[in-house]
Amino acid sequence: MLLRTKLHGKTYEFPDLRLLMGKANEEKSGDRLAGVAADTTAERAAAKFVLAEVPLWALRQNPAAPYESDEITRVIQDAVNETIYNEIKDWTVGQFREWLLADTTSGEMIRRLSSGLTAEIIAAVAKLMSNLDLIYGASKIRVSTHCNNTIGLPGTLSSRNQPNHPTDSPEGIRASIYEGLSYGSGDSVIGINPVDDSYSSVARLLEMTYDIIKTWAIPTQNCVLSHVTTQMKCLQNGVPVGLVFQSLAGSQKGNESFGISVGMIDEANALAKKYCFPSGPNFMYFETGQGSELSADAHHGWDQLVMEARCYGFAKRYSPYQVNTVVGFIGPEYLYDARQIQRAGLEDHFMGKLTGIPMGCDACYTNHARADQNAIENLAVMLTAAGCNYFMGLPLGDDSMLSYQATSYHDAPALRQLFKLRPAPEFEKWMEDLGLMKNGVLTGIAGDPTFFLRR
Amino acid sequence: MDDAQLNAIIDAVVKEMIAAQAVAPARPAEPVAASSPAPAPQPAAPATPPGGLAIDLPDPALPEHRYQPRVQRAKNPDALPALIAATTARVGVGRAGPRYRTASLLLFQADHAITQDALYRDVDPKMLDDLGLFTVQTNIKSGTSPSGGKQEYLLRPDLGRQISDDGKKTILEKCVPSPNIQLVVGDGLSAAAVEANVREMFPVILNGAKSAGLTVGTPFFIKYCRVGVLNDIGHLLKPDVVILLIGERPGLGRAESLSAYMAYRPKPGDTDADRDVVCNIFNNGGTNPLEGAAFTIQLAQKMIKHQASGVRLKLATK
Ligand code: B12
Repeated sequence: MLLRTKLHGKTYEFPDLRLLMGKANEEKSGDRLAGVAADTTAERAAAKFVLAEVPLWALRQNPAAPYESDEITRVIQDAVNETIYNEIKDWTVGQFREWLLADTTSGEMIRRLSSGLTAEIIAAVAKLMSNLDLIYGASKIRVSTHCNNTIGLPGTLSSRNQPNHPTDSPEGIRASIYEGLSYGSGDSVIGINPVDDSYSSVARLLEMTYDIIKTWAIPTQNCVLSHVTTQMKCLQNGVPVGLVFQSLAGSQKGNESFGISVGMIDEANALAKKYCFPSGPNFMYFETGQGSELSADAHHGWDQLVMEARCYGFAKRYSPYQVNTVVGFIGPEYLYDARQIQRAGLEDHFMGKLTGIPMGCDACYTNHARADQNAIENLAVMLTAAGCNYFMGLPLGDDSMLSYQATSYHDAPALRQLFKLRPAPEFEKWMEDLGLMKNGVLTGIAGDPTFFLRR
Repeated sequence: MDDAQLNAIIDAVVKEMIAAQAVAPARPAEPVAASSPAPAPQPAAPATPPGGLAIDLPDPALPEHRYQPRVQRAKNPDALPALIAATTARVGVGRAGPRYRTASLLLFQADHAITQDALYRDVDPKMLDDLGLFTVQTNIKSGTSPSGGKQEYLLRPDLGRQISDDGKKTILEKCVPSPNIQLVVGDGLSAAAVEANVREMFPVILNGAKSAGLTVGTPFFIKYCRVGVLNDIGHLLKPDVVILLIGERPGLGRAESLSAYMAYRPKPGDTDADRDVVCNIFNNGGTNPLEGAAFTIQLAQKMIKHQASGVRLKLATK
C-alpha cells in the first residue's frame, strides 16, 4: 500500500491506513495519547489530501479490528447491504463527501446508502468535513423512532430529563424531575444515572419514575442507566422499564471492559421487546463517547473517531430509540478543550445520523477540561442547527452526582423558541393540556416544580 | 466487634449527625412570599455618599443566598424550600423567559471558577503523616506542566496507572505481603476529597476489617494516581482485596467527593469490568464517609466469599 503526497514542496508518506486515518483527524488530545495524531498541521493537511483519494473498498477491507477476533467488526461487516455497497465501493472518500453535500442528494438517498457503509468509511468522510459541513450534512438526515412517543421528527427537539442525585434519594430525584417537566424536559426519557447499581435500588427508582409517568399520564418512558445486567433482572422480575440502557464501546475488548458482549445486548434487547411497558418498537438507549476504547486499551491502535463510529454500527443492530455521545464527559486526556469538544460533538452527531441511528448529544464538559458553559451552549446551538434529536436536561446544567456540566432544563425551551422547534408531538400536546406551553412557547406557569406537587 | 455492632455504631453516628443538622439547618426555612419576586442579594443598607453609587454585596455563595427560591409565581411557594433542600441539584431557580435568572447564572460562573483550583493542589502531607502513610508515585514525573506534574497527570492516564520502579521497591520493602485487605489512598482528581473523607474512613475500615476477622496490610499513599493502579498493587502484594480511596473529579463548586474502587485479587490485564466502586462519598448530601467505609468492608467480605469482583461478582450473586 502506497500512501503518499507532496505538499508545498515537501513529501509526506503514511505507512498504512491506520496512521493515515489518525493523522487526518482534527486535533484531539486522545489521538496524541494514542500516538496516531499528526505531528504538524501541514502533516494533517497532507493526510487529508491522501485520504480524499482512498477508495471506499479499501476502508471496508481494513477494519480497525480483525473480523476473526472482534465481534463488533463482524456485527458491522455482516450488516452491510452488498448491493448498495457495490454501487459505491469505487468512490473515493473525497467524492463521497461531495455526494453527501450535493443539492441533488436527499435525506432519503443518504438513508438508503447508510446500509452499504461500514464505520471506517463513515469516520473517513467525517475527517474530510469542516464543522459547517458536518452540520449541513447531518441536517439532511432525519432518523425518527417511537417508544411511548415519537422523537426525531423534523421540526422537533427533545430533552432527556436527567434528575441525578448523589445518594439516589427518591425525594431529591423527584424534585429535579418536577423542575424539568415544568420546563418541558422529559420527552426523550426520564433517565436517571444511579449511584447504587444494585437490583433493589434500581428497581425502586424505576417504580418511582413509572409512578410519576402514570400519575401525570406523561407520554414518555423511564430508564435507570445502571449496568444492563441489572436492568435485565428488573425486566425479568416485572419491574416497569421504559428503555433499556447500556454504554457501548467500539471494539470487543472495549465492551469486555464494560462487562458486556453482543450476545448480552441481544439478550437484553429480546427481554426489552418482551417486557418493556411502552408500545415500542424501539426500546434501547445507548451512550458512547470518544476515548472510552483507548481508556480501556481496546482501540487496536486506531484513532478515537474510528472507534466511535464503530459504536454506532453496533448500536444500529438494535434499532434503538435513542443514542447519544456524551461528548466531553471523560476529560481532557481525550478532548482537551472547548474547541476539541465542539468538533467531536459535531462529528459524532453527523456520524450517528450517517449510520442511520437516532442521534442526540450530551453536550458537556468536565471541570478538568479547558471549557465552560458558554462553549457547551455554542455546541448546542450548532447541533440544533444540525437537526440533533435531543439534548440532556440538567438542573441549571449541573450534574451534582456525575460531576460534570451539560445542557440544562432551560436550554431546551430556549433552543426550541430560537429555532421554532417543538417538543415531541405527544409531549407537546400533554404540555398544552396542562397549560405549560402554548404555540411552542412556555406559559407563565411553566418553570415551577411545585406545579407537580399535587395529583 | 461484629458486623451488626459495627453497623449499629455507624447508625448511631449518622443519626447524631442528622439530628445536629435538624437543629441548625444549613438552608433557609423561610419561604418567600408568593407574589414577590425572589429578592436579589440586598446591599447591607449602605451609607450612600451623597450623589454617589455604593454597591456593597454580601457573599452570594452563602447558603442563605445560594438556596434562595427564585421561582417568581410559584403555585405552592411554601413547598419550594423543601424541594430545594431535597437535592444538591440546582432546582427552584425560576427563569427569565427561557433563560436563567441573573443571580443563578452568576453563581454558576462563580462556582466554576473555584472548582478548577481543587485540581491543581496536592494532598496535605500532614494528613498523610498523621495516618502514618508513606508515599509512592506513579510514572507521572514530578514537576510542572507540560512535562510533568498535574498537567501530565491530566493528559497521560496511562502513566497514572503504573507505579514507578522506585515506588514498587518501596512498597515491597515496607508492606506486609498477602493480607486479606490492602488499603491504599490515591489523590486522583481531587486532593480536597482525600482530605475531607479519609481521616474519618480509616478507623472504620481498620476496625471493621478486624471485627470481620480480616487482616489489613500496610496502607500507603499514591501520588498522581489512577484507578488502574489496582493491577500493580495486586501484582506486588497479592492481597485478596484492594480498597483504593481516590478523589473523584471535582463537581461544580464541590470537590469533596471520594470513591472507593475495589477489586478481588487484581492482576495485570484486569479492567474496570473486574472492579467495583462505592462512589459519591462526602458529608452533607452524599454517602457519608462512615457509611461509605462500612460499605467497603461489606463489599470486601462479599468479594472474598464469592472469590470474585466486578461483573463476575454480579453474576455470582444474581
Ligand atoms: C468518568 C466515568 C466513567 C468513564 C470512565 C473512563 C475514564 N477514562 O475515566 C466511562 C464513561 C467510560 C464510564 C463508564 C461506566 N461507568 Co462510570 N463514571 C465515571 C465518573 C463520572 C467519574 C469517575 C472518576 O472521577 N474517577 C476517578 C479517576 C481518578 O479515576 P480514573 O482512573 O481516571 O478513571 C477510571 C474510573 O473512573 C473507572 N470507572 C468509571 N466508571 C466506572 C464504573 C465502574 C463500575 C467501575 C468499576 C469503574 C469505573 O474507569 C476509569 C478508567 O479505569 C463516575 C462518577 C463519580 N462521581 O465518580 C462514574 C461512575 C463511577 N460510573 C458508573 C457506571 C455505572 C458506569 C458504567 C457501568 C455505565 C454502564 N451502564 O455501562 C460504565 C462502565 C464502567 C466499566 N465497568 O468499565 C457509576 C458506578 C455506580 C456503581 N456504584 O457501580 C458511577 C458512580 C456513575 C453513575 N452513578 O452512573 N464511567
